[in-house]
Amino acid sequence: MSNLPSTMKSIQDQLAADFEYLDDWEERYAYLMDLGKDVQGLPLEEKTTDNLIKGCQSRVWLTTRCENNRMWMSADSEAFIAKGIIALLIKVFNGQTPADILNETFDLPDRIGLTAHLSPGRANGLAGMLARIRHDASLALATPNNN
Amino acid sequence: MNQSEPTECKAPQEPDWKAIRMEFPALHQQVNDSPLVYFDHAATAQKPRKVIDAMTRYYELDNANVHRGVHHLSQRATRAYEEARMKTVRFIGAENPSEVIFTSGTTASINLVAQSWGSAHLKAGDEVLVTGLEHHANLVPWQMICTRTGAHLKIVPVNDLGEVSTESVAQMLHSKTRIFAFSWISNALGTINPAHEWVRLAHEKGITTLIDAAQVVAHHPIDVHGLGVDFLCFSAHKMMGPTGVGVLYGKKSILETLEPMVGGGDMIDEVTYEKSTWAELPYRLEAGTPNIAGVIGLSAAIDFLESIGWSYIERRESELLQYALLKLGSIPQIRFIGQPNNRAGVISFVVDGVHPYDLGTLLDEQGIALRTGHHCAQPLMRHFGISGTCRVSLALYNTFEEIDQLEKALIRALRLMGKVQAQ
Repeated sequence: MSNLPSTMKSIQDQLAADFEYLDDWEERYAYLMDLGKDVQGLPLEEKTTDNLIKGCQSRVWLTTRCENNRMWMSADSEAFIAKGIIALLIKVFNGQTPADILNETFDLPDRIGLTAHLSPGRANGLAGMLARIRHDASLALATPNNN
Repeated sequence: MNQSEPTECKAPQEPDWKAIRMEFPALHQQVNDSPLVYFDHAATAQKPRKVIDAMTRYYELDNANVHRGVHHLSQRATRAYEEARMKTVRFIGAENPSEVIFTSGTTASINLVAQSWGSAHLKAGDEVLVTGLEHHANLVPWQMICTRTGAHLKIVPVNDLGEVSTESVAQMLHSKTRIFAFSWISNALGTINPAHEWVRLAHEKGITTLIDAAQVVAHHPIDVHGLGVDFLCFSAHKMMGPTGVGVLYGKKSILETLEPMVGGGDMIDEVTYEKSTWAELPYRLEAGTPNIAGVIGLSAAIDFLESIGWSYIERRESELLQYALLKLGSIPQIRFIGQPNNRAGVISFVVDGVHPYDLGTLLDEQGIALRTGHHCAQPLMRHFGISGTCRVSLALYNTFEEIDQLEKALIRALRLMGKVQAQ
């Protein structure tokens, strides 16, 4: 593959730098929700109970696939903020190897002031989405066809 | 509530609401760089200094187990605990201390009745009646006992205003109904149900009654004697007391027939390896070391509310409610869910095209604490065709300025989501 995706670290650095330009919570949320508008979402048939992330007050559906040792996720939500968070996750995780997803640091929420959304109780379910992505990455790692 | 007979405890003059608000330490803080505006009282109320101090004092000076020690501290703790019971008896207009069981909360109280009373009185084909307004706490325990006994759970429907009509109740109370369990005030919509009338209707047909009064205790006086209800349940934490303590009131003649669901210390008369006999009421239904500090906190919360006076509390909250309805109603994007004619200080609303969670998050960024979601009333949300609402719930120490702040913050959040044109 000629165009290797950027590393998780470099993508997070770039996103953190983007958010640093924003002055206050209003601009940060406006930007986050704008990012969410570009999320392609999921077709209705993929919005299944299996794909539903548990514990989210705003429903989030998430699917992943692994091709040539690269993970790709698609997700959708009925809430703007959750969709923005999905956009961030897609930027950081899509095209990464399962091993990197499991081993590399993911500290973007901390760096852009979204830490509160990481706690399991927060209903947009960032914690749940991360758990699903990591779970799927470890499954992919354990499946020889994908490596 | 016009149908209640207030156990009035009149304060000599109009309370100093500013001073009262000062008694709540948690209210005086910044959240996300804004002064906290707390509008989540249907979930739990903040605690006045008096409650916090009473509990701290117990742990610092009186801590001992109750009912079994001859030593001084145990006697002091026991006295405080039993005085709290007597105070609770008076607070709800009960007749004697055997009728007040301390539990861990409304949920535990309802479960105790569902399991214990239900096991003894429900059989296949019987009916348990609840309304479509119930919190899960007054729904799930009945589902559980119905599954075990073969009884059927029936639901009195809710109309589009978020009310349950007395005609529907009357129709559904019939010869198969064994118990009618209903919330006096809906936690999700604020609907005040005509509890006196419903209890009377049920009793005319010989049907046992249970009132979930969780949303009533901090806002209106309760008089179980005047109501004539068989069981009534509430939690301390919604009336500015601590979490983990609640009350099950039951008529003595009925409580005496209940088998304990939990066995252990403090609830027995005599124990041999072969069998045990139970202590008298209320102890037989309070197995194990109770939440002594919590009960002492509840006692302080009763003192606190009564020192203000119910007529003042009711008027204050009614004024706040009317103002909040006016302010929220002036935002065209806001659609109220439930428009009950008789409403407590709870307002549920949605903005079409906006998930309540987004709105809640953007309000939180502005220091405003309200509730978003299904409010533990999923079937009710389904009735309105929504997954959840934003809910504002008021208490006596809220201010009109806080409602103004809410209005401004709402408009700001809606503008951020493109639902209001930027000015």
